[in-house]
Amino acid sequence: MASGDGMMDRMAPPRVTRFTAPPTRAGRDQERLGWMLILPTILVVIGIAIYPLLESFRLSFTNYRSSRPDRWSYIGIENYKDILGDSTFHTSLWNTIVFTASSVALETVLGMIVALTIHSNFKGRGAVRTSMLVPWAIPTVVSSLLWSWMFHDNFGIINNLLVDLGFTRFHMFNWVGDPSTALFSVVMVDVWKTTPFMALLLLAGLQVIPEDVYESSRVDGATKWQQFWQITMPLLKPALLVALIFRTMASFRVFDMIFVMNGYNTSTMSVSVFAHQELMAKQRLGFGSAVSVIIFVCIALMVVGYTRMIKVEEQ
Amino acid sequence: MSRKILVPNAVNGLMQDAMYGRASRRDLIKRGSALGLSGALMGSILRFNSVGAQSATPEGREWGWSLTKPEWLDVDLSGVTLSAVMDADGTGAPFTQAVCDFFAEQTGATINFIKGAESATDRLTYYTQTLNAQASDFDIFQVDVIWPGILAVHAEDLTDIASELAEVGNTFFERILTNNRINDVQVSLPLFTDAGMLYTRTDLLEKYGASAPTTWAELEEAAAAIQEGEVGDGNGNFVGYTFQGAAYEGLTCNALEWVYSNGGGTFIEEDGTVTASSDQAKAAVERAMGWVGTISPSAVTSYMEEDGRQVWQGGNNAFHRNWPYVYAISQADDSDLKDKFSVGLLPKGDGEGADNAATLGGWNMMVSKYSQNIDAAKVFAKYMCSFEVQKSRSIERSLNPTIAEVYEDPDVLAANPYQADFYPVFDGGSVARPSSVTADLYNDASVAIFTVVNELLSGQQDDVSAAMDGLASELEEIMQDV
Repeated sequence: MASGDGMMDRMAPPRVTRFTAPPTRAGRDQERLGWMLILPTILVVIGIAIYPLLESFRLSFTNYRSSRPDRWSYIGIENYKDILGDSTFHTSLWNTIVFTASSVALETVLGMIVALTIHSNFKGRGAVRTSMLVPWAIPTVVSSLLWSWMFHDNFGIINNLLVDLGFTRFHMFNWVGDPSTALFSVVMVDVWKTTPFMALLLLAGLQVIPEDVYESSRVDGATKWQQFWQITMPLLKPALLVALIFRTMASFRVFDMIFVMNGYNTSTMSVSVFAHQELMAKQRLGFGSAVSVIIFVCIALMVVGYTRMIKVEEQ
Repeated sequence: MSRKILVPNAVNGLMQDAMYGRASRRDLIKRGSALGLSGALMGSILRFNSVGAQSATPEGREWGWSLTKPEWLDVDLSGVTLSAVMDADGTGAPFTQAVCDFFAEQTGATINFIKGAESATDRLTYYTQTLNAQASDFDIFQVDVIWPGILAVHAEDLTDIASELAEVGNTFFERILTNNRINDVQVSLPLFTDAGMLYTRTDLLEKYGASAPTTWAELEEAAAAIQEGEVGDGNGNFVGYTFQGAAYEGLTCNALEWVYSNGGGTFIEEDGTVTASSDQAKAAVERAMGWVGTISPSAVTSYMEEDGRQVWQGGNNAFHRNWPYVYAISQADDSDLKDKFSVGLLPKGDGEGADNAATLGGWNMMVSKYSQNIDAAKVFAKYMCSFEVQKSRSIERSLNPTIAEVYEDPDVLAANPYQADFYPVFDGGSVARPSSVTADLYNDASVAIFTVVNELLSGQQDDVSAAMDGLASELEEIMQDV
């Protein structure tokens, strides 16, 4: 390590020091060996990540359609102009923002409650922790279908239960099809499915907070409420931020659940469903790639924002 | 290809034939015994390929048991190898394999049956990529009813085959045959068909003294009366009419039926004129908007085939629009609806030029222009679409023939009596989606149609006139790109 400040530096991330080979023959050989060893990895990354990404960028400036492999040309930023003027894209972007914000917020609050609950000591904790993960373990397509049937207006269990409880306005209520409740329904399913994941990440964060901090605060007479806000939350922040990054990114790209539950219906269409419609249904590879690039840029911006927050947190 | 790895001897040859689906179970045992293979080895080859598992029909007979040789099929094709992309691996493949084997036996040709992709999109991508490269990987291939326009440039003209079949009394339904004709070239021949039809609860019609509706207005009236009566009797979940209203291809099919049956055309006509903003088209869609939340559940805007079918199957539905597959399920021995329903043409509108409409589905045979054996490929296509094979396909697989005479065949009627009820729908009602004129942009047009119609049905838009005008200009833009 370059710096030898000892104690003070222990919590900071390891600094990356540039390795410069000594100007000897042996040193150069060693450097060459290093490059050779890392080469396969670089090639694989180029092949499976960089190349497809660049190819998407390239395609996004063409009017390529897979049904017309011989008839295409570069059309500059025409696709991007069209997307920004496309009302379906506006709707899908708005839907995605609402979906991401509400599902991540709900999952965080509920996940926190669940994490705090299962972090405390009680009988059967192991069994609860395991069974809690069931919604997360079910493949999304399966749980989406399951919920579609539960939301079914005619024989779905949700309407029947609500009506039995006396809420007769839910008789044959159209959860997924009615534009005013459609997005709410898919958010509910996402919250049901992903809260356990959020809880698990937060639980991991809770478990690394040392118990003695709580003990000394108890000695000083802190209430449970004060402990939560003054100790738990600040120490949980790194874990919380990581969980938020994961969830925001995943929610912003949401596709399978919405596609299975409501297809190309504009009331729930997310940007990924919009991209799918252009890429797969219409085979507009150029235009669809431009949509994908926009999604990529949005997510990249989010990641940059979050990592900034983490850095600020660490300093 | 992996087959080069194997040493070319008789046993490996047999194994390959089994693996590539060229040898049936019977062949394998016959050839295996001649080579002196042990039962255990043959058993393992069979298991490896699951040939054995696929070689029997649900009734325990060999697939293809009902096949007969058409009289005209007396050509010698020895030494010719044909590759045909047909059914995906699954319920349809064993029957098709048996048909290929039968053809090979009769003519001496070798038929390499390539199983197509299950997903229609994947399959279309495979076709366009192979054909654009002018590759002769396959000679004959099965195409969806909306693809002839997309693939027409790669297709061999089959006009003479259609007339040869007509000469021996195999006449295809005219509207289906027309759908397979692009710019006066018969690019494909119909293999089997599907069409939208109206399922009606005859017991409820009787109960409420209503007669079978022939117009949409009559259907609305009967549906409302039955729904009111049944809900009054305590079945609060009863609905009059269900159809497919979710934003997907199925809604394009339904909307086409409403508009066409109201004399409003097919959104885009065969000459490329866009008619989506015609008064009759607007009136037809407006009528359907009136169903949502009255005779139809408001959730019909998210119904696909199975959503409505479940309501119908549960006995909570008077009229149901769906494809032929519902018949067999509803008429099954354990179905509550057995013998309580009828099937027929969807109603007509009352606008000028109103006519019955049933959106056409189904699959067709196309011969590749790039085939090395075009004449032999045509014979194979002719055989696959012939009366004899269509008859067997109907008996063994319950798929709907495209030749009128098959519906009169006593063996067919004995196996599937209900197909007699389908006949008037295929004969008089079938209407094709505007796929020939839009060619490879059909899906763009369909997405535009179902998006706007779904938004109207679900109340995301309420000005039908403005929405349909918007749709028309969107379709005109698409047509400029064709």
